[in-house]
Amino acid sequence: MKFLHLVYANILRKKMRFFLTIGSFGVALFLFGILVAIHNGFYQGIDAVEDNRLVVRNKTSLMVFLPYSYKAKIEAMEGVEYVIPSVWFAGVYQDRKNFFSQFAIETAGWVETYPEYAIDKDQWSAFENDRQGCMVGRALAEKFGWEIGDRIPLEGTIFPGAWEFNICGIFEGNKKNVDLNQMWIRYEYLAESIPFMKGQVGWYAVKAIHTDYVNGLISRIDGEFSNSPAETKTEPEKIWMLGFVKQMGNIKLILISVGGVVIFTLLLVTGSTMAMSVRERTSEWATLKTLGYGDTLVLGLVLGESFFYAIIGGAIGLGLACLFVSKGDPTGMMGGLFTLSPDNIFAGLTLTLITGFIAGVLPAISAMKLRIVDALRRV
Amino acid sequence: MVSLNPSSADNAHISVRELHKIYKRGSESIDVLRGLNLNIQAGEFLAFMGPSGSGKTTLLNLIGGIDVPNSGTITVDGQRIDSLSSSALTRWRSRHVGFIFQMFNLIPVLNAFENVEMPLLLTRLNKAQRRKHVETALDLVGLADRMKHYPRQLSGGQEQRVAIARALVNDPSILLCDEPTGDLDRESANEIMGLIQRLSSEQNKTVLMVTHDPVAAKCADSVLHLEKGVLVEAIAQAQG
Ligand SMILES: Nc1ncnc2c1ncn2[C@@H]1O[C@H](COP(=O)(O)OP(=O)(O)O)[C@@H](O)[C@H]1O
Ligand SMILES: [Mg+2]
Repeated sequence: MKFLHLVYANILRKKMRFFLTIGSFGVALFLFGILVAIHNGFYQGIDAVEDNRLVVRNKTSLMVFLPYSYKAKIEAMEGVEYVIPSVWFAGVYQDRKNFFSQFAIETAGWVETYPEYAIDKDQWSAFENDRQGCMVGRALAEKFGWEIGDRIPLEGTIFPGAWEFNICGIFEGNKKNVDLNQMWIRYEYLAESIPFMKGQVGWYAVKAIHTDYVNGLISRIDGEFSNSPAETKTEPEKIWMLGFVKQMGNIKLILISVGGVVIFTLLLVTGSTMAMSVRERTSEWATLKTLGYGDTLVLGLVLGESFFYAIIGGAIGLGLACLFVSKGDPTGMMGGLFTLSPDNIFAGLTLTLITGFIAGVLPAISAMKLRIVDALRRV
Repeated sequence: MVSLNPSSADNAHISVRELHKIYKRGSESIDVLRGLNLNIQAGEFLAFMGPSGSGKTTLLNLIGGIDVPNSGTITVDGQRIDSLSSSALTRWRSRHVGFIFQMFNLIPVLNAFENVEMPLLLTRLNKAQRRKHVETALDLVGLADRMKHYPRQLSGGQEQRVAIARALVNDPSILLCDEPTGDLDRESANEIMGLIQRLSSEQNKTVLMVTHDPVAAKCADSVLHLEKGVLVEAIAQAQG
């Protein structure tokens, strides 16, 4: 610790270099934070999905509906516990920018099928008793300042008209990464109000009694409806959601490539800065060694400088990323999952330390191996 | 009294026997020291002179343990330092030898106090003890009022005095000075020589000094000439 002052004094020796190096770490780790938050926005919700759920949709396209009559047929299959008709509503609240998901659902079996949501019993029965009712996630309610009893106007897109829904309840998550930026409305209300929806559903959410049934059910359901006018495509819910993300391109690959390039550039920049700053001080390292500073201490002093840059720059970058992310997803596309967890921050700090180490280790070794007599002669 | 006789004075403070140092540069090798012998008593003040490239610095480096000989022995207070491991030599150096260089070799980002404190950071002394030692050393070189000054805020002579304080602060028995006045004007040089002389006489340090300056050499008890890899003559001087 008593050597910290020397490390610190050396780092501040050239102010410009100090700020540029700190800035490099800062920018890179800020970007890291944002990329991780984007990744979370796309994939975190998927991690939270239960493995015993299936989605049955029309084989042709998600835009084509399925007959309501399939519900009873699927329910009759062995291993099926609940079948829930669902429709994508796609209403606009005040402005298109205020995007959030709205699902029209049947209430029976919903609470049992989706245990990741914490739903108040009384609020839920109010929802069951109000055909124009809706349930909203906590994040959504907070975003728009909604409270129970409020009437929410939505402009229909797929289903034209000026719709209004009464907030019956606000749900929370029972575990991490549950998407609380969504609204549920009643399927019955939609089916009654829109003539072409009568006897039609967007897709079925199916809960199997056990995950062991999932694979068998996929072939059984699709087999049952093959050669019918509305053939089905059944998938585990996780795969189904990944499909949405994939429609936007290979986001994971993009994020990893961008992140990799940024970190690699950071390594080159800080590595050459460290190498230069150590080489400039050749005679000083020789002097320290003459005074009795041993090899490991010299190694530590150089690495200390590198770590110092990494920690300060990395902390600033990650701090700014947290601040940025706390303001919410600027595109409105990723909903409430555009977040950074303590684990993510920890990963960022680890990354910055590893980068600091790699950038410093070669210059540190060269300072350590420096022979005093050679170094002093070079002056 | 200094002696160049290999057989004499087993009780010498520093004893150098048949010292060889060869530097290899590509295919050619330079025999810098060729069987050099030297006995030095504690508290002696020796000056080494000789043409540039004759191996004066090499000899000091070997005695100070920042370089190792190809053959021959160096014994200091009965301890063979030529056969110590690199880390043992580093520790030995920090306890027994103070170095003073022509270019002062201060750390520019540390002030006078912090520069002098550098060797003490390697000891077990606590902060208060270190402070006391540093103040004593800076007081001894007459810079007690310049502790917070950085090297660039000091004159050459003052910088060299800080360097001397740094060399002294561990209380080593040997001071090795490689052209300590080579970069100074006459007046500062005289000041520095006066200081080194005082350290030799009052603090009983053994001082080995390389110099090109006959005036500086006069301050030493004896002057040795290094030529063709050996010490060729000793001129005993009148004290004072
Ligand atoms: N580290 C080294 N590598 C190669 N040659 C060296 C090295 N140190 C000294 N020499 C050579 O050894 C000779 C003596 O050098 P040195 O001891 O510095 O002389 P002086 O101090 O008397 O001027 C010179 O020819 C020098 O070039
Ligand atoms: Mg020399």
